[in-house]
Amino acid sequence: MLKISNLHAGIENNEILKGINLEVKAGEVHAIMGPNGSGKSTLASVIAGKEEYEVTEGSVVLEGENLEDSSPEERAHKGIFLSFQYPVEIPGVSVTNFMKTAINEGRKAKGLDDMPAKDMLKMIREKAELLEIDRKFLSRSLNEGFSGGEKKRNEIFQMAMLEPKLAILDETDSGLDIDALRIVANGVNKLKNKDNAVIVITHYQRLLDYIVPDFVHVLHQGKIVKSGTKDLAHELEEKGYDWLKQETAV
Amino acid sequence: MAYTEEELKKELETKEYEYGFYTDIESDTFPIGLNEEIVVAISKKKEEPDWMTQWRLEAFKAWKLMEEPEWANITYPKPDFQAISYYSAPNSKPKYDSLDEVDPELLDTFKRLGISLDEQKKLAGVAVDIVMDSVSVATTFKKTLAEKGIIFCSISEAIKEHPELVKKYIGSVVPQKDNFYAALNSAVFSDGSFCYIPKGVRCPMELSTYFRINQAGTGQFERTLVIADKGSYVSYLEGCTAPSRDENQLHAAVVELIALDDAEIKYSTVQNWFPGDKNGKGGVFNFVTKRGICHTNSKISWTQVETGSAVTWKYPSCILKGDNSIGEFYSIAVTNNYQQADTGTKMIHIGKNTRSTIISKGISAGKSQNSYRGLVQVNSRAKNARNFSQCDSLLMGNDCGAHTFPYIEVKNKTAQIEHEATTSKIGEDQIFYCNQRGIDTEKAIALIVNGFSKEVLNKLPMEFAVEAQKLLEISLEGSVG
Ligand SMILES: Nc1ncnc2c1ncn2[C@@H]1O[C@H](COP(=O)(O)OP(=O)(O)OP(=O)(O)O)[C@@H](O)[C@H]1O
Ligand SMILES: [Mg+2]
Repeated sequence: MLKISNLHAGIENNEILKGINLEVKAGEVHAIMGPNGSGKSTLASVIAGKEEYEVTEGSVVLEGENLEDSSPEERAHKGIFLSFQYPVEIPGVSVTNFMKTAINEGRKAKGLDDMPAKDMLKMIREKAELLEIDRKFLSRSLNEGFSGGEKKRNEIFQMAMLEPKLAILDETDSGLDIDALRIVANGVNKLKNKDNAVIVITHYQRLLDYIVPDFVHVLHQGKIVKSGTKDLAHELEEKGYDWLKQETAV
Repeated sequence: MAYTEEELKKELETKEYEYGFYTDIESDTFPIGLNEEIVVAISKKKEEPDWMTQWRLEAFKAWKLMEEPEWANITYPKPDFQAISYYSAPNSKPKYDSLDEVDPELLDTFKRLGISLDEQKKLAGVAVDIVMDSVSVATTFKKTLAEKGIIFCSISEAIKEHPELVKKYIGSVVPQKDNFYAALNSAVFSDGSFCYIPKGVRCPMELSTYFRINQAGTGQFERTLVIADKGSYVSYLEGCTAPSRDENQLHAAVVELIALDDAEIKYSTVQNWFPGDKNGKGGVFNFVTKRGICHTNSKISWTQVETGSAVTWKYPSCILKGDNSIGEFYSIAVTNNYQQADTGTKMIHIGKNTRSTIISKGISAGKSQNSYRGLVQVNSRAKNARNFSQCDSLLMGNDCGAHTFPYIEVKNKTAQIEHEATTSKIGEDQIFYCNQRGIDTEKAIALIVNGFSKEVLNKLPMEFAVEAQKLLEISLEGSVG
């Protein structure tokens, strides 16, 4: 589904990603871990097409198509979804209105008419239930005054609404309380099927008990320095990153 | 294409006013210049009674001694008042025989604003068949209004048909000498609207469609007088979201509202005059005096959405004379390119327990300057007066400006005044967030702007709100890749 080859990207002569290789197949869950500042969010942004970052080498290919010339909204229409580490506030725009716009823009790109209001409401109701979101919440301004956990849960609600092919969850677990973590993880699992894929970026192995990854990768200084199975996450939890840093320095 | 702030800024600058074009109206026009003879001639032409002629002359005398105000935060070449023709009879001859002859882009805008076909014809100046809907709708409206005793007609007609009402109220809120432009308007006003709601009557409809149909093509010195008698209610809509292409550069209107005891007037404006091209050339200068007086327990609410004009100078105000009266001002002002807007309100608290609310939303893009200027004055007798003001500015790019000038004068210690102000910028992160959800930059900006303006949009009557929302979208559209 997604193939990243020798990806180099950065900002104004400051290279942040230094040759990333990663392949994600349909039906898989990949976890990306790594110390602060190693480039995890940057990788997520580059996949989503944020133009602030310049890609200097390598490629991102989605279902056989090079995304080089695709704008962020085109990538979204192609099925890429990013759950932001820091979701932004949009005052005065309700969650419902925002989702309605997003869904209808996506449909427009596919040459479809707007979703009938009845279907939209039904879908909102279903997905809100799935994530145990109070419907009152949906008429509030997007992310404005939301608690950290509420913002994250709202991101996953949007993911549920948009039904992406490839979802990248950037530290969606941080800020969630124990119950919320379980609800959100269950939500993600229910949305998971053999045709879509998820990349979870996290610092904690705890999330991976719920959303079980097929592969775990460690990002360090802009490179994937180790890949493994779920056990790697346990190992990291125990030993930290130092041993890996040393290993790669050698 | 994705977006960077740099690009947005550039694109905004290249935004053109697509709808401006020249029209050559054959009309019965006076020679340029202004003197007593011209004032008398205007009055004659309109077959006005002598008292009206004298009233105009008084205004003219006052105007001659006045100077154009300089204090607003705007700069513009001063109009040459002797180079303007002060009377131009509207010509009934249609400009076009069918809609096919009208600029397709203009029609497209009309369509997107949801304006009916008949109205499109009216607005574009296409010949309208007598049996057409718009005319019969207007007639039906008139009948319904007449049954309730509501008078709604042109001011010229009112001067002839209802002189006692006009004589009593014209100039009672905005005196002839009030300011330079008001004096000029009083001397030479061409036409405008008159509305009287009798005691205890609730006007059964928004005075909108009717108004729009009938006001297409009113002159540059418009005069409006709205009187809500005791215990009555009216919602009045002025202007039109459709772009106004007007060859008159200077517009100096006067609007007076009178809310007698227990009455309520809701006055909404959507204004979209030609703002000039991207270099700041052309465009309408809009100098308007709007003021209402509130008697005991009455309420006046001004709501405005301004997207047009090269220069706007406008302060809809309330004189809260009666005890327990309420004044409200809700405003959205959009400026782009070289547009300059200096708008705001004055709330004059005279009666006891008077309350006022001011919500002002300024959106600036390009090299435009957007100023809010507000005065809250609490007189010594106004016990327990309360005011809440909120002025929010939204900036797009780094070359535009937003300014807030709140003036507060309080002469009664029991007054409670609250003022809040915020300035924000549409951030790249907000745009990227929207983009990531599949919303392109243009739509994202519309969404953010609408969200920012929501409190005011919500105050507009439903049908107008939808149009205004689209108008905001269109005003900022084409401005980004
Ligand atoms: N827009 C930017 N301007 C300057 N530096 C940046 C920018 N974006 C990222 N960086 C730098 O690139 C490096 C990687 O940042 P990134 O946010 O991708 O790290 P991360 O792995 O997500 O870290 P964390 O675990 O703390 O979220 C950091 O050193 C960061 O300061
Ligand atoms: Mg990060």
